[in-house]
Amino acid sequence: MTEALLKVENLRKSFGGVLATDNLSLAVETGQIHAVIGPNGAGKTTMIAQLAGALSSDSGRVLFDGEDISALAPPARSRRGIARTFQITSIFYEFTALENVALAVQAHDGHSFRFWREVRNEGRLTDPAQAALETVGLAGRANIVARNLSHGEHRQLEIAMALATKPKLLLLDEPMAGMGAEETQEMVSILKRLKGDHTILLIEHDMDAVFALADKITVLVYGNSIASGTPDEIRANEEVRTAYLGEEGTAN
Amino acid sequence: MVDPHLLFEQLFNGIQYGILLFLLAAGLTLVFGIMDLMNLAHGSLYMLGAYIAATVTLAADSFLLGIAVALPATLFVGILLEVIVLRKLYDRGHLDQVLATFGMILFFNELVRLIWGPAGIEVPLPVVLNASLTLFDIPLPVYRILVIGVGLAVAAFLYVLVVKTKVGMLIRAGASNREMVGALGIDIKKVFTLVFGLGAALAALAGVMAGPIFAATIGMGENILIQVLVVIVIGGIGSIRGAFVGALLIGVIEILGRSFLDDLFKLFLPVNAAETAAPAAASMLIYILMAGVLFFRPQGLFPARSG
Amino acid sequence: MSLSRETIVVIITFALLAIVPFIASLTEVPFYLDLGRRMMILAIGALSLNLIMGYGGMISFGHAVFVGIGAYVVGICAEHEIVSGFIQWPLALIVCAAFAFIFGAISLRTRGVYFIMITLALAQMMYFLGVSLDRYGGDDGLPLIEPSNFSGLIDLSEKTSLYYLVFVLLLLCLWICKRLVNSRFGMVIQGARSNEARMQAIGFPTYRYQLTAFVIAGAMAGLAGVLLANHTDFVNPDMMHWTRSGDLIIMVLLGGMGSLAGPVVGALVFILLEEALSGITEYWQLIFGPFLILVVLFARGGLLGFLEKRKTSEGEGD
Repeated sequence: MTEALLKVENLRKSFGGVLATDNLSLAVETGQIHAVIGPNGAGKTTMIAQLAGALSSDSGRVLFDGEDISALAPPARSRRGIARTFQITSIFYEFTALENVALAVQAHDGHSFRFWREVRNEGRLTDPAQAALETVGLAGRANIVARNLSHGEHRQLEIAMALATKPKLLLLDEPMAGMGAEETQEMVSILKRLKGDHTILLIEHDMDAVFALADKITVLVYGNSIASGTPDEIRANEEVRTAYLGEEGTAN
Repeated sequence: MVDPHLLFEQLFNGIQYGILLFLLAAGLTLVFGIMDLMNLAHGSLYMLGAYIAATVTLAADSFLLGIAVALPATLFVGILLEVIVLRKLYDRGHLDQVLATFGMILFFNELVRLIWGPAGIEVPLPVVLNASLTLFDIPLPVYRILVIGVGLAVAAFLYVLVVKTKVGMLIRAGASNREMVGALGIDIKKVFTLVFGLGAALAALAGVMAGPIFAATIGMGENILIQVLVVIVIGGIGSIRGAFVGALLIGVIEILGRSFLDDLFKLFLPVNAAETAAPAAASMLIYILMAGVLFFRPQGLFPARSG
Repeated sequence: MSLSRETIVVIITFALLAIVPFIASLTEVPFYLDLGRRMMILAIGALSLNLIMGYGGMISFGHAVFVGIGAYVVGICAEHEIVSGFIQWPLALIVCAAFAFIFGAISLRTRGVYFIMITLALAQMMYFLGVSLDRYGGDDGLPLIEPSNFSGLIDLSEKTSLYYLVFVLLLLCLWICKRLVNSRFGMVIQGARSNEARMQAIGFPTYRYQLTAFVIAGAMAGLAGVLLANHTDFVNPDMMHWTRSGDLIIMVLLGGMGSLAGPVVGALVFILLEEALSGITEYWQLIFGPFLILVVLFARGGLLGFLEKRKTSEGEGD
């Protein structure tokens, strides 16, 4: 068994008395796609925010690459190799697609107290950015202002930005949210391409996609992990079937 | 040594000034908290209240009549402003709000200059109120006692309104969850107009009461507005309780600082240096306090949104 | 490549500004020289504000405080018989940068309305400090006995020389802004305006970059203050008053926020408008106030916004 890249121990977060994550533990192993599924309000997005450092945890620890990163702010976690995408698209709408990604490259190319040189023609930034756009299939849309891209392209751009930070771990929060069938198919094939080279923690509602991609699945209900295992184990798990998968699970 | 009599008297004046600040801060903090609207022209309503009251008081020789005219008149102007301009700014950015209300300040200051001239108006106190009570050998002007009384009554009224009534529930719901109020089918526009009108009336009340103490002058609104902003920042935007505590704190510190800082400085500075440094330091005191509060509690002492 | 409309506007503007001294001497109205100089000095102030407000999204309602501090450094130096510009000017910039560092460090802990109110309050604190400084004129201000002395390099008491110095410095500031905005640093502050949470998530500790931008803008506003002191031969607390900060914001907005040369055009228009309106009536703000409200309600994007479709819409039509 490989060493876990990310270990989450007893994570807890409450909002005014309501527990969003409750004593949550899980481990993500290097090179795997680890999917987290669960009904709405199960605390999935809260968990992502806690892992990325955007929300501080009430208790519990996050260990990344053997280091306790629980107290670190988002930029510091990003520097250690954790990249996230947002459930609600979060990009720089005024910038072009290429500028969006180039900014992510820049974030990991030393400090940015560089006041004079024009950034637009810096190959150091634009070349890797263009490559990341290519990975997600947006190479031809590089110079379009992000505001004018389609919803599906926004989701792809989010992934390209995350990739551009050369992460060890990708936290993807519902990358297929709001997508049509065709766009979802496109996203699945993008994630398949990333598999192996990247370790991914994937939150997703689309069960077809989850079972097509995941090496391991954790089921979250009321902020707590009720089951964790291979897709087959999860499919066979009675508790999960009654609690969550229901008809959808058996249909697979 | 500091004269305890003087200290008590100035403490009293500080509380009275704090009450004035509270009347302004209460309306402003509700408007900020509920509508997320930055209204710099709040001070203009205060000025307008003072000028109208002063004019009527002088013309009719009746302070009461002055109040009776100034409050509804200012309320009317406030609601007019809300309906014509401010309503269009609720979903705009703060910058647009700041600029538009800044434009209003320019307009009102100039309007007042046009109507009443550049000099201020001294407002005479009614004879009944022009007396003093004596407590521990210290004379306390009846009028200032009255101001404090009115302020406390308003504070109690607002507390009951916000905490106990249905309107207050709407106000609190509006502050924390605008969509929810909309979803409940409540006409949020009416709530906003109502709250803004309430704020305008309170500002006018403060202006009316300030008239006999400071006189009505052009620019009186802006000078006090800045201190009111400090009150709100310290108290926490949207919190009536924060506005009350913040206002008394700022009022007392402001007045005591101006009166006693030189005495304090003389304890450890040469007399000359103390007399130079004290006024400068006194004018900076409340801002330093604000910076200190923000450093430890960026959301103020009583952040409204977390309860 | 054809010139953009903004570039054409800039060229025309500066060409006009360049010939103002000739017009002033031809028409024998020295007031034009005075007016042009004031426009350009305020344009430097507005440019610096645009850097943090237009590009950085930091709405400072206290930016004039740095203009005032810059002016006061010159005034106080002169009062103590330090008249060398080689000392006064760098000192003014350093002092302004230091104040901007402190004020920025405090205000940038907050966002939104809080940020506006705190920058306003801190600036007003300095205003009241100026008023209470009896040693340096207090409320009445401080006359500048002689302008900054550059040991024969340039004579600032010669008003045309001062005019062209301001002209060159304005161009320099515009150029600096252009480089800054298009640099890596510029991308970071623009990114933070656009989406701060995203910036943090991709690894930028945004606070330190925003603070640096605040300091740069403070120093540049300080330069405007230094020039203003030499322009008016006078320093007073009113330069720091919050309505002066409001004026700077209006200039930025009139010209078009976040466009490079917008503030320059905005400053020019603002001063012209002020002159024109106050020529019509003594109560000119009675007109200007509602005008401002109308601009906010109906003409966002400012003048350059009218002239040129915003950069953000370039990608449309695909």
